[in-house]
Amino acid sequence: MKICVLVKEVPDAAVEKRIDPSTGRMDRSGEKNLNPYDTHAIEAAMQLKEGGALQVDEIVAVTMGPESAVRALHKAVSLGADRSIHLTDAALAGSDVAATGYALAKALEKEQPDVVLLGQQSDDGECYTIGAVVAEHLKAPSLTQVIKLDVVDGGLRCERQAEYGYDTVQVSLPAVISVGDAINEPRYPSLKAIMGAKKKPLETASAADAGIDASLVGGDGSRVQCGEFKAPPAKAAGTIIEDEDTDATVEQIVAWLDERKLI
Amino acid sequence: MGGILVYVLHYEGALNKNSLGAVSEGAKLAGELGVDCDAVVVGGGDLTNELLGTLGSYGAKKVYRAEGAEGLAQPVIDVIDKVIADNGHNYVIFGGGLLGFEIGAGLAARRNAGVTMEVTNVVVEGGKLIAERPILGDSQISRSHYKGDLGIIIGRINAFEVKETGGGAAEVVDVQVDYSPWSNQATMVQRGEQRGADVNIEDADVLVAGGRGLGKAEGFQLCEDLAGVLGGAVAATRAVVDAGWYPYAAQIGQTGKSVAPKLYLAAGISGAIQHKVGMQASEHIVAINKDANAPIFEFSDLGIVGDLNKILPKLTEAVKAKKGG
Ligand SMILES: Cc1cc2nc3c(=O)[nH]c(=O)nc-3n(C[C@H](O)[C@H](O)[C@H](O)COP(=O)(O)OP(=O)(O)OC[C@H]3O[C@@H](n4cnc5c(N)ncnc54)[C@H](O)[C@@H]3O)c2cc1C
Ligand SMILES: Cc1cc2nc3c(=O)[nH]c(=O)nc-3n(C[C@H](O)[C@H](O)[C@H](O)COP(=O)(O)OP(=O)(O)OC[C@H]3O[C@@H](n4cnc5c(N)ncnc54)[C@H](O)[C@@H]3O)c2cc1C
Repeated sequence: MKICVLVKEVPDAAVEKRIDPSTGRMDRSGEKNLNPYDTHAIEAAMQLKEGGALQVDEIVAVTMGPESAVRALHKAVSLGADRSIHLTDAALAGSDVAATGYALAKALEKEQPDVVLLGQQSDDGECYTIGAVVAEHLKAPSLTQVIKLDVVDGGLRCERQAEYGYDTVQVSLPAVISVGDAINEPRYPSLKAIMGAKKKPLETASAADAGIDASLVGGDGSRVQCGEFKAPPAKAAGTIIEDEDTDATVEQIVAWLDERKLI
Repeated sequence: MGGILVYVLHYEGALNKNSLGAVSEGAKLAGELGVDCDAVVVGGGDLTNELLGTLGSYGAKKVYRAEGAEGLAQPVIDVIDKVIADNGHNYVIFGGGLLGFEIGAGLAARRNAGVTMEVTNVVVEGGKLIAERPILGDSQISRSHYKGDLGIIIGRINAFEVKETGGGAAEVVDVQVDYSPWSNQATMVQRGEQRGADVNIEDADVLVAGGRGLGKAEGFQLCEDLAGVLGGAVAATRAVVDAGWYPYAAQIGQTGKSVAPKLYLAAGISGAIQHKVGMQASEHIVAINKDANAPIFEFSDLGIVGDLNKILPKLTEAVKAKKGG
């Protein structure tokens, strides 16, 4: 059985995220890292493998992104993936959610995974929806924001929170599941795993290699153009207190609340 | 032909409030475009003609009804795909939540359409809809232009106001759908609520909300003590509800409750968008967080950068003293 985990490279949490006004796209010039939400997907794959209820032979990390994105793959491999696939092509740049999901699905088609796992969201685009797009193209059942995953009757029993509380859904395999960050506590990679990551097989694929129809991807192939921006309405800044002396801080809070008749 | 289609979610015989908001918004936009706004529902016997007819008062002309599984996205994609194939709607709108994200994105894939999520405003320009979405921690607004003949708009919760326009009953049209094989490969085992006690946070004037920064379930005692002296209730984030630290009924946000108390005080909450959308209507927002860069400070009236473990106990004592004095 094979699990593919979709991972993305995003600006590091410490970098202030901004749009490059000249391109209308995310400024990706700063420090980058593996999308933190994707570490939960890798951990979920590892737990399925180690759990033994499914015979998992291989965990494959897959990314679509520029050259630098190989580092996200190295990180994914250091966290437990056995090998990785880097889908990279100038034609893919500027793809919207529908185009990105289509391209990733084409790359996955060749792998024929039994389970595809994703993170709950990327830390930059925050569209939450790549899983749903990939599933539609793979014609597989799908669920997002899953926080409990058990193997039941040869399929997956998934729990997640939706608008009316906690739902439990049984899906048969192959399936596409995006996991919420409450599903697990990702492990830290060992030094040995970090050192060995670059030696694990990494396949680079172009759009043509993956059989992607170039007219459906990239900025031109995308059906939504999100390159126009405006500033949100200005909001008055609040008062900030740095707590140095807690008694004094508390006195200030009480005075603030009292002034507004909140006590 | 043409027109706007709105997906209406329901649960136990009641229509979702955010869906009603989306219908109201869809009807308003349809009026500006000079087309109709219709609704689509998928489910069982509780979707009566009478219930669905009420969508007319929010501006829906027709309601397409299909019998199918509830609470799952993929059957709804099949239904909407069929309704659009037969009737040629140019836009589909979803209220906020979770299912709308999955249905909207899956539908975009099915029909090669563009999709925008977390939309807070939609405007008509040159006979087309432009969707506006706050991005990067609400620091900017991105404007989506759609290419092709279908645009999909997924609202942020509470973005679209529920408005009754006084229209008559909507016409209910039954739709027969052949579900995709993969739509039948997911089955609902149990749906809704669970996880803990039935608490009421919607009627409280004061809410003390706790997040992952409380460190452990027992940390909520600090919030309960403060709420006790302030005469309020305790609320929570998804992170701590998922972790089993506090009941789901107390959760504020996208997949929890929307509240607007006089005072909302957050302890150990980062201020993620999905939490913010459920509490930003509060009159006064106070936040305690040890990280000066926490997003919650962007929308707090009073922010305290510090350790909640030090501040909360003393604050409780001070409020108690103030009240006693
Ligand atoms: C600020 C901003 C706003 C945007 N708004 C929109 C919009 O409204 N509509 C739209 O269509 N596009 C939008 N985009 C473009 C969109 O973000 C990209 O198409 C992106 O490639 C996919 O979306 P995401 O990263 O937000 O995915 P999400 O759906 O948030 O990601 C979920 C998971 O999908 C997987 N994943 C995502 N991207 C990749 C990848 N490249 N390779 C491998 N796995 C991946 C990861 O497991 C990730 O955890 C926006 C981009 C930005 C920067
Ligand atoms: C589809 C979807 C739906 C969602 N729905 C909801 C929803 O309905 N409601 C909701 O709340 N979230 C929801 N979320 C999750 C949301 O994105 C955040 O993950 C969540 O709100 C974070 O909870 P938190 O603030 O408790 O935890 P964190 O983000 O982990 O924040 C903890 C904070 O505590 C601070 N802290 C730590 N220790 C201390 C200390 N000693 N003193 C002071 N501060 C401290 C930290 O600095 C940090 O800012 C949803 C997400 C998705 C994708």
